[in-house]
Amino acid sequence: MTYLPTPEHDELRAVVRELAEERIAPRAAEIDRRAEFPWDLKELLARQDLLGTCFEERHGGTALDEIAQVILAEEVARVDATTSLIPIVQKLGSLPIIRAGTDEQKARYFPRLASGEWLIAFGLTEAAAGSDVAANRMRAKRDGDAYVLNGSKRFITHGSIANVLTVFALTDPEAGGRKGMSAFIVETDTPGFSSPRLEHKLGIRGSPTAELQFDDVRVPVENRLGDEGDGFKIAMQTLDRSRLGIAAQAVGIAQGALDAAVGYAGQRQQFGQRIGDFQGIQFMLADMASQTEAARQLTYAAAARVEARAVDLPYWTSAAKLIAGDNAMRVTSDAVQIFGGYGYITEYPVERMMRDAKITQLYEGTQQIQRLVIGRQLLQRAGVRERVRAGSAAGA
Amino acid sequence: MKIVVCVKQVPATTAQKHYTSDLRLDRTSAESVINPLDEYAIEQALRLQEAGTVESVAYLSMGPDQAVEALRRALAMGGDEAYLVTDGALAGADAWATARVLAAALDKLAPDVALMGMASDDAKGSLVPGAVAAVRGLPLLSYGSELRLEDSVARIRRLNATGYDIIEAPLPVVASVTDQVGEPRYASLKGIMAAKRKPLETWSLEDVGIDADDLHGAALTRVIEVRPPEAKAPTERIENVPAEEAATRIVDWLSARKLI
Repeated sequence: MTYLPTPEHDELRAVVRELAEERIAPRAAEIDRRAEFPWDLKELLARQDLLGTCFEERHGGTALDEIAQVILAEEVARVDATTSLIPIVQKLGSLPIIRAGTDEQKARYFPRLASGEWLIAFGLTEAAAGSDVAANRMRAKRDGDAYVLNGSKRFITHGSIANVLTVFALTDPEAGGRKGMSAFIVETDTPGFSSPRLEHKLGIRGSPTAELQFDDVRVPVENRLGDEGDGFKIAMQTLDRSRLGIAAQAVGIAQGALDAAVGYAGQRQQFGQRIGDFQGIQFMLADMASQTEAARQLTYAAAARVEARAVDLPYWTSAAKLIAGDNAMRVTSDAVQIFGGYGYITEYPVERMMRDAKITQLYEGTQQIQRLVIGRQLLQRAGVRERVRAGSAAGA
Repeated sequence: MKIVVCVKQVPATTAQKHYTSDLRLDRTSAESVINPLDEYAIEQALRLQEAGTVESVAYLSMGPDQAVEALRRALAMGGDEAYLVTDGALAGADAWATARVLAAALDKLAPDVALMGMASDDAKGSLVPGAVAAVRGLPLLSYGSELRLEDSVARIRRLNATGYDIIEAPLPVVASVTDQVGEPRYASLKGIMAAKRKPLETWSLEDVGIDADDLHGAALTRVIEVRPPEAKAPTERIENVPAEEAATRIVDWLSARKLI
């Protein structure tokens, strides 16, 4: 299993970096300040075929391998975490269909998602069901050739701007979230669907985080993903893979902060010399760089496992997200430290990067949930059987 | 109609440049890109192709083997095929030799328009478009801010001191365009993938029908010295004074030079 970037990967990185530095980076501060979704950059990414990287060519995608998709997210996040979520969430929302969709479902939705004409979102989390996914309450009741969805979702990235959602709801409340949940494809122009409220956030402020309301939303039976009761499994399989995108985003944010800190240390003068000439600053930069590189290489290793469909891929993606997320928080905080007072004000990008970094420790499974996944995988490897519990911590 | 865009691979503006003992740029040591001014010629050609005016867009370059990278990048932006003339005898070619080689290759390709950037970012001679037109005995439409093709006529707009000159010539022509034609596109991912499968042919001097002995060592000119630009006079700094005094001193400085 090889996970060293190839010449094609290097070429992709160069292409995305040029685009990111010339067109995305100059917009990042304004996107953050105004907390507005960057429609112009969504169009740009769509035009450059960068929203279709997880789809097959027959659906209009470019079918990049997992490492290439990581590099794309990494390079965009290096200049703007908000914009990096556009390809990341396009994949997150689509993964349930990639995993469990029929050919007909794929053919119906993927071309419009691959071209970027449509956006998709992943509707799993509820107000009272975050890490505890099985505590979901939203209902889907069969009525003839349709299901009627009632309930609400919270913290849904792009939920208010998506044209289509993958949504999880209980078809069998008696059986509970683990056994009684099913997954559906819901088009957001269906009557009864609304997005009443957006969250005000610390970071990734240009990315709308929406509350979704379902009042008697009728979804045709052919929009169910897999069988009734498959929802929990589909959600977990999705998160086991999508976490890789968050690890990539975290590596990118850290690299952006590191690059900014190196640049600043090389020009800021204090005590008659560049602060980069002080050993104390060099030691900080060295730690930031080597730990970011470690996070990056672990993320590529995890990507190679996802690519190879390795049975222990949850171990790798959780480990990558855990290490990369914590590293992003630490490195961005150290970058602010190196900038001193200038790091704390919005004139420089590192305070934004520090605020953006925090989310990578929270979404698609908190760092605590990642440790649970890793711990279970370790025990599984050692042949220890899992104790069946009422709840299940997997986390969105 | 068919356009051939001539493309030169040049060292990136930001690259560290090294010279060989005979004062040639060591191209293997520097990061290389498509000459940025040629990207405008590519953009102009692709716009004409998208508008349906032109059926095919090909690229032509003269340079070392590694110039195929520039041609692949051009093909990633669009267009159909590319040709590289490369030959050991061309090392150190000057504008004259370059023009002769490009003209010979263009004779083979026989486009309606041979399109070029207004200059190269490294040598900045701006000689090659005119020299190619002279060697081929064709009209030259230079420094166009826009190129239009109608029936059997090519027409450019050229910015002058008071407005635009509109200049036309019967096809076939040699033309060069400026950065006024519109921002060059970024290569899309599908474009990059498709470029790997587009035809790219390599020609030797013999293939374009030139005898190496006729090129006189590929140059009529000789570089006798390479040196960095003279350092500018030191910047005058006004620091640690009240704003009012600083403003007065700036105004005095400017009026002493009759700038205000």
